[in-house]
Amino acid sequence: MVDFLITTVGLPSWLAWTAAAGLAAFLILNLIAGGALVFIWAERKIAARIQDRLGPTRTGGRFGWLQSLADGIKLLAKEDLMPDGADPLLFRIAPYVSFCASFCAFIALPFAFDFVGLRLNVAVFFVIAVLGLEVFGVILAGYASASKWSLFGAMREAAQVVSYEVPLGMCVVVPVMLAGSMDLVTIGEKQAGWFTNWFIFHDPFTFVIFWVYVTCAVASVNRAPFDLAEAESELVAGFHTEYSGLRWSFFFMAEYGSMFLVSVLAAVLFLGGWNGPIPLATLAGLSEGTGDTTGYFVRLLGMANLLGKATLGVLIMMWIRWTLPRLRIDQVMTTCLKYCTPIAAAMFAGAMLWQLALPGGLVAGLSPPTAGVREGWLQEPADAPAAAVVEPAADVAAAGGSR
Amino acid sequence: MMPFAAVVVCSLPAAVVVAAINWHTLLFFLFAALACGFAVAVAAADNVVRMALYLIMSLGATAGLFFLAGAEFVGAMQLMIYVGGTLVLLVFGVMLTAQSPFVSLRSSTGDKVLAGVAAVALLAVLLQAAFSIESWRRPASGVVEQPAATPLGMALVGLRVDEPPSGAPDDAVRSGYLLPFEIVSVHLLVVLVGAAYLARAKRRKTPRPIEVVASVEPPASVAEHAAIGREPGRRGSSVLTGGGA
Repeated sequence: MVDFLITTVGLPSWLAWTAAAGLAAFLILNLIAGGALVFIWAERKIAARIQDRLGPTRTGGRFGWLQSLADGIKLLAKEDLMPDGADPLLFRIAPYVSFCASFCAFIALPFAFDFVGLRLNVAVFFVIAVLGLEVFGVILAGYASASKWSLFGAMREAAQVVSYEVPLGMCVVVPVMLAGSMDLVTIGEKQAGWFTNWFIFHDPFTFVIFWVYVTCAVASVNRAPFDLAEAESELVAGFHTEYSGLRWSFFFMAEYGSMFLVSVLAAVLFLGGWNGPIPLATLAGLSEGTGDTTGYFVRLLGMANLLGKATLGVLIMMWIRWTLPRLRIDQVMTTCLKYCTPIAAAMFAGAMLWQLALPGGLVAGLSPPTAGVREGWLQEPADAPAAAVVEPAADVAAAGGSR
Repeated sequence: MMPFAAVVVCSLPAAVVVAAINWHTLLFFLFAALACGFAVAVAAADNVVRMALYLIMSLGATAGLFFLAGAEFVGAMQLMIYVGGTLVLLVFGVMLTAQSPFVSLRSSTGDKVLAGVAAVALLAVLLQAAFSIESWRRPASGVVEQPAATPLGMALVGLRVDEPPSGAPDDAVRSGYLLPFEIVSVHLLVVLVGAAYLARAKRRKTPRPIEVVASVEPPASVAEHAAIGREPGRRGSSVLTGGGA
């Protein structure tokens, strides 16, 4: 996009970079905020239907579709309270820390082929690292509130997130191993073609590990049945007991942002990313790799695909939330340490062996050959002498500039 | 985390004012200032959780510097290990040591003087090392003339470049300082366990009120159950102590 702005529009270089960065930040911010509005409405409706009632029906005419907006206005108008004993700085900053962590992870997340805020070649690692930081806001909130309920909630959340990072990391490593890259764009590209190319259908082990990932992802974004940090039957509201108004809503935007984030990550890692179950565009002879209008059209289709899959993931999380009862803290730890971690480790070993024996995947005949990896870096040949000086890849800059 | 969003969003109005900006330099100075400022704030703060917040800001800004330099893996590593590690440190630090809410850790003047001397000495060494390098620019040809790491650094990752290869495939001799390095890290683990042991909540000597109530003579049937319940425990303890008898 920077190239386009410089060459076609004729902006100076610094302004082009500013505009590109600003546009990406604007889009991501609005995706999170707008997504939260839609998902909160959906959560209300789904919860209501599961509990055999109607949910919001009147606000905004039919289906109560303006309910979230009304909530937002209410939250804006609400008084911003802070307990007397609280640590003012930490209490104020905690919601922003949570939200910024959620926002930053989106920067490296691709929404279609090359539709990505910042293409990192360690994007998976970056997203997992930043996702783990969201808990910091929760801990700060719990500590700074000077309330026992808040501190209990924060400590539970800390223990839970730190534990669940282990199996989550193991699950994420499997697609990285199959694709041979940590670049999310490359991982998505590797699954192009029919749905049998998706990594979830690669072999039985990846199929199992996807469900382990789902469990760990639900736990790591602190959703029921793992929402011990805000267990309202025991802890009032957990870590956000003392929060009200807009600060409180920042925690919720962060939560819904994280839900969407892990769903997009699941879609890219296991469910083919922006590739549909049937490669309609490829069958019609269109390619997403080209930079012209057709290429952009195919990428837009891919983005619709990915957002659809991610939305489905969020809806499934809501379904789980309103179906399963909350676990106790010992059950949460048991699920993580006695089930998720060993299963993930075994499936990782199995997927590795399968990759050695049958690199083509489970159903190899049906699919067209997987697209070649368009990596930006220079790969050292296997027989190169170890002491040889490798030229810094000149095309890294080129790949970085062509976003 | 915080700095990224702040940079992306908040620096837009400033950009319009200044005619042309070298973003790389500007962001470098911004992240460097954030890292240094929050590092000073860590030393100046007297609340352990605020210290942790400043430390995380400082380390996050350092990660931003790494990203700016194009070292994305190192940057992500910085976020994962240092920032995430501080988080765990904070949790355990608060959980293990806090005796009351909002503990103040005000250090004495002597401590401050000692810390100042140590900091100035380290800064002098680092500055000397930094300015002893002739040029920080990358060579135009892309060929690295000097080794990237000193022989000591290479030996720490397991490669003795200072010794000439003698011809014999004697890897054990030339394996460097990897094993001592690992032993040191195990030593650190031992120190951590020891610190946790020392800082743990002390067990009460006197029985708690509820235990006193429970030790009142129970009815016969309850006593019988308790005796049955206690039996395997006694056997287990004899196994634990060696079971010599």
